[in-house]
Amino acid sequence: MILDDLRKTTGEWLRGDGPMSDVVVSSRIRLARNLAEHPFLTTASESERTEIYRRLAAEATSTPTGADALLVDLDEIDSVDRAMLVERHLISRQHAAGEGSRGVTVSPDETQALMINEEDHLRIQALRSGMQLEALWTDVSAVDDALAKNLAFAFDRQLGYLTACPTNVGTGIRVSVMLHLPALRLTKDIERVARAARDMRLAVRGLHGEGTEAIGDLYQVSNQTTLGKTEEAIIKTFSDSIIPKIVEYERTARESLAKKDAARLDDKIWRAYGLLRHARKISSSETQALLSPIRLGIHMQRFDKFDLSLLNELFLNTQPAHLQKFSGKQLDEKERRIVRADYIRNKLA
Amino acid sequence: MSILCQRCQESKATVHITDTVPEKRERHLCEDCAAKEGVIVKQKYHTTNEILQQFIKHKAEASGSDDLACPQCGLTFREFQLHGQLGCPHDYVAFAKQLSPLIERAHEGATHHVGKVPATADVTVRRQTGLLRLRKELQEAVESEDYEVAAKVRDEIQNLESK
Repeated sequence: MILDDLRKTTGEWLRGDGPMSDVVVSSRIRLARNLAEHPFLTTASESERTEIYRRLAAEATSTPTGADALLVDLDEIDSVDRAMLVERHLISRQHAAGEGSRGVTVSPDETQALMINEEDHLRIQALRSGMQLEALWTDVSAVDDALAKNLAFAFDRQLGYLTACPTNVGTGIRVSVMLHLPALRLTKDIERVARAARDMRLAVRGLHGEGTEAIGDLYQVSNQTTLGKTEEAIIKTFSDSIIPKIVEYERTARESLAKKDAARLDDKIWRAYGLLRHARKISSSETQALLSPIRLGIHMQRFDKFDLSLLNELFLNTQPAHLQKFSGKQLDEKERRIVRADYIRNKLA
Repeated sequence: MSILCQRCQESKATVHITDTVPEKRERHLCEDCAAKEGVIVKQKYHTTNEILQQFIKHKAEASGSDDLACPQCGLTFREFQLHGQLGCPHDYVAFAKQLSPLIERAHEGATHHVGKVPATADVTVRRQTGLLRLRKELQEAVESEDYEVAAKVRDEIQNLESK
């Protein structure tokens, strides 16, 4: 497998299926780990950093699930390729923008991605379409166990897994669920939901940036506390209480929108389609904003011009790096708007 | 030389923008006016990290632990305050007193890990501190060109690594 092969599909997390997939786009679990015998990256020398990278890259590709993984040395690829990995949710923005020896291993189906030398030496991540936290936990924990056979992770009896930032100490787990909440945004109940989640010490962010102004009505809910609870208990908070509740709110809001003012709802959906179908210049954020009501329309069976898989293809491939990879050349923002509109029109023709 | 904000003509312009649409022009605004014009978004929510950093800073000032340094990685507590990142696993021991209120606060009062434990935990804890210490000794020995000591330490590292 090579890096360019990734673009042939949208990856597992954008398959659009899995439990609660009408609201939950994808779920993700990440574990932070550090090698016990090396300092954290803030004080590691360049040669030590390279040694950590080599060691972890070798181990990550020799576990049962890592054998077929693609190892990407982020120091050796260009910024468009790095941005493409960010758009596919395989690496963080911070990892793409970092410096020095660092990389990622990606499983062929893109459900697992191990970031090496990001903030911690290792971040084991698994992501899937829909609400699948239990399966994800099985995945990441198995990778963790396999790696721990040959590697000694920094661990303290009292504090658990030791991480570069004390906010991740203990389990080192970050659970995050990406939700599509267009109806709650329209009814303006989103702030209330965000507040309730924050009261439970969960972070709520827009997919692109801080605050609750989310482009494309996509929100990420994640835990902030990593110490004093078991991984299973942290996951249970999401699967048993917070996520089903938000999903229920969103579904109710959708129903009430359809009941109260179906014409307004349909107008929003079909107007978005009209714009995408005919625009000659379009930005990435406008595209994301227009795809949102169409995603809603597909799930509410009020839109039938194309299906979820094409929607997700557009969602991924119209982002700046993917667009440039498709056209095979670097494009500035102005050029991208034209190429993006052409790409969408072709797909919808 | 500082430029005054073109909008309010009062504050110092800190935001400099070049518009390309509808025509090319330069604008110089202060932060407040830039926010009013929608050019920049003033951050409403502080990140957990920012809040914690302020907290750590406050705590450290109160306890006078500014020049405290980790004997293994050399990171000072002051450096941790600035960047919010620790230098090595031993910092959790070296700065235990300063870190514990911060950890409690970040984790809803929790002080103990109850989750997953690696199968090799006991060995790990011993190796961890041992290897960190030895690596530092090796580095010091090499720097002072004491190759006899360096060779001995290297052997100890290899011995511990192969366990």
